[in-house]
Amino acid sequence: MVQLTLPKGSAPKKGKTWPKPEGKNVKKFKVYRYSPEEGGNPRWDTYFVDTDQCGPMILDVLIYIKNHIDSTLAFRRSCREGVCGSCAMNIGGHNTIACTRGWDEIAGPHITIAPLPHQPVVKDLIPDLTNFYAQHAYVQPFLKTDTPEPEKEWTQSEEDREHLDGLYECILCASCSTSCPSYWWNGDKYLGPAALLQAYRWLIDSRDEATGERLDDLEDPFKLYRCHTIMNCAQVCPKGLNPAKAIAKIKHMMVERVA
Amino acid sequence: MTTSAKSVRGLGAAGAGTQHHIRQRVTAVALLFLVPWFVYSIVHACKAGYEGALTWVAQPLNAILLILTLSAALYHMRLGMQVVIEDYIAKSGTRQALLILNTFAVIALGAATILSVLKIWFTAGA
Repeated sequence: MVQLTLPKGSAPKKGKTWPKPEGKNVKKFKVYRYSPEEGGNPRWDTYFVDTDQCGPMILDVLIYIKNHIDSTLAFRRSCREGVCGSCAMNIGGHNTIACTRGWDEIAGPHITIAPLPHQPVVKDLIPDLTNFYAQHAYVQPFLKTDTPEPEKEWTQSEEDREHLDGLYECILCASCSTSCPSYWWNGDKYLGPAALLQAYRWLIDSRDEATGERLDDLEDPFKLYRCHTIMNCAQVCPKGLNPAKAIAKIKHMMVERVA
Repeated sequence: MTTSAKSVRGLGAAGAGTQHHIRQRVTAVALLFLVPWFVYSIVHACKAGYEGALTWVAQPLNAILLILTLSAALYHMRLGMQVVIEDYIAKSGTRQALLILNTFAVIALGAATILSVLKIWFTAGA
């Protein structure tokens, strides 16, 4: 059900403002804080970071805050180069990964940093993505064949391999799914852009033999057809992919099957 | 307590949705032609006043195109409203009740408007 207001205890309140350091290039960051142990409403803490002291990316800012200002700040991170998808969050109102978004790319007097929208929050900037991962598992993202395995490997022509470009690069950061209003309202039943992009990646794979079964698993008013081509997914994808296009192509395959 | 896999699988894929998708697009294509004709003609017909409008509706080609426009628009509206209800109403009972109401409303509107056109057509010149 659509909720136009946040549930009780979820609306962020004004939090702590940390001291402002000296320096020519000090930037203001408002960071979403929530700790289940402390309880109460989440809050916006304000940090001032001398950008001459840290690297160029938002992740560098967060690491600087954790190391030098407030060690209680919690966030996920791993590769710091746009490959692992761990540090996806909402930065300046846009879902993206913190390690590839520079703080100089965001205009305005301050930069807000919040967890991915419409997901349960574990702590601070860490969302609970259990449902998101289960949706990925639902599309069975692996090669399915009935033909006995060849002695060496399943071969694929260069042209067939090219069909996977723009699909295989997904790092499952969840920026797209959690930016989609349809996913916000029906995330329990709609599989979301990330899972559907992966579904299409296997539907279009020339080596996969389970195309029909895969389409059967998606033929549903909610699992697939909740996509209303809002296009937020394509706009936020930090890897420049287009999940909406992949979903449209799944719909084409569905139509081709019956007409 | 359920596992995440169980909740994502839910009741399984319904095996439906594609027909809805096709019908919404087919009616949209039909309306792409019918609506411009409708807007142009109705403006034209109304210039001649009430009597002129009656004469215009009573012409067989106009009456047929009017009925087609009404049918396509109302069916398209039913499909569109269905999506809106499914999007925003999560509670199963309320959702199904509204979906039934949606169908009833469209059939009632269809009956009233199409019969009006037929009445004008059949009683013209009588």
